[in-house]
Amino acid sequence: MTLFAILFATLFTNNIALTYFLGICPFIAVSRDIKTAWGMGCAVTFVMVITAAVNWHVYHLLLVRFHVEYLQYLSFIIVIAAMVQIVEIVVERFFPILHINMGVFLPLITVNCAILGLSLFMVLRDYAFVHGLVFALGGGMGWTLAIVAMAGLRARLIFADVPEALEGPGITIIIAGIMSLAFMGFAGIVSA
Amino acid sequence: MALGICSTLAVTNRVANGIAMGLAVVFVTVASSVTIALIRKITPRRIRIVIYVTIIATYVMIADRYLKAYRPAISEQMGPYVALIITNCIILGRAESFAAANNPWRAFWDALGMGFGYALSLLIISVVREALGFGTLMGYPIMGRNWTPWVVMSMPPGAFLVLGVFIWTLRSVSKPKA
Repeated sequence: MTLFAILFATLFTNNIALTYFLGICPFIAVSRDIKTAWGMGCAVTFVMVITAAVNWHVYHLLLVRFHVEYLQYLSFIIVIAAMVQIVEIVVERFFPILHINMGVFLPLITVNCAILGLSLFMVLRDYAFVHGLVFALGGGMGWTLAIVAMAGLRARLIFADVPEALEGPGITIIIAGIMSLAFMGFAGIVSA
Repeated sequence: MALGICSTLAVTNRVANGIAMGLAVVFVTVASSVTIALIRKITPRRIRIVIYVTIIATYVMIADRYLKAYRPAISEQMGPYVALIITNCIILGRAESFAAANNPWRAFWDALGMGFGYALSLLIISVVREALGFGTLMGYPIMGRNWTPWVVMSMPPGAFLVLGVFIWTLRSVSKPKA
């Protein structure tokens, strides 16, 4: 499969937030305004690509070689926790402006299931290294697209008369359902 | 209720998957809460999150190996979502807010209650989705012969819609918190 097909598939037809349900907790919680959503999306994409790159090597060079593939969950989550920490330190030291913009989101990312899920799907589908990187990039961009669109929709919701019990998470999840329906319209163009 | 919904949505298209996921979460929550409560006095505060995550990941691995060995069909369908129990916010949330400050016995009951509450939501959502999406319950047809399955219910949008309505119902029934 070509790299472009993978990118397109993860962005639209198999959007990780709306068809794989990955990273839904922050998707609901951090989508209050567009700016924050964008910051979170960038941080997720950034960490996703880095962890995918590291996890690919951990899996293929260490786990497969010593026949301990069942340790993948443990090693992936440790890699993710460690990478988030390192990224935070590096960004704070060398890119202070970037740190102001996305620093607050970095610690939250360790428990963002999109990051772990993406590494697992990458291994499951047996992608080569470059394909894995593109998959991670597309996944992060797709997630960003979904959360920014959601934030935009929720900004309009202020003017809508939502039933009291449905406010907050309830209506957000139903909107996500409708968005998911819309994204299913892309199905069949390419498949991942 | 807004916590830990990633896996809720992904595996609830059939009741059997929902139950398996619920039980796995109960097991992992209880086991890791008790472990964390046991070592709460010797855990350095600064690196506690990494320690918690490692403990949780270990139990998730056990649950996953068990499912693969004894329930291969269900394990096949749930795929990588079993692993995503690790990042289920409920477990880490309980570890951080309760198990880290209480004795193992109390942590055990707290985790048990939390786990079963979560499993119950999974069960309700998966019953609705399987009944509407496939017209079956645990694989047995229940909706009569002329039932046309709502295909959308077995697909991703259905998960969001059912969960949204579920939260709506819950919050209408229970008194709104001031």
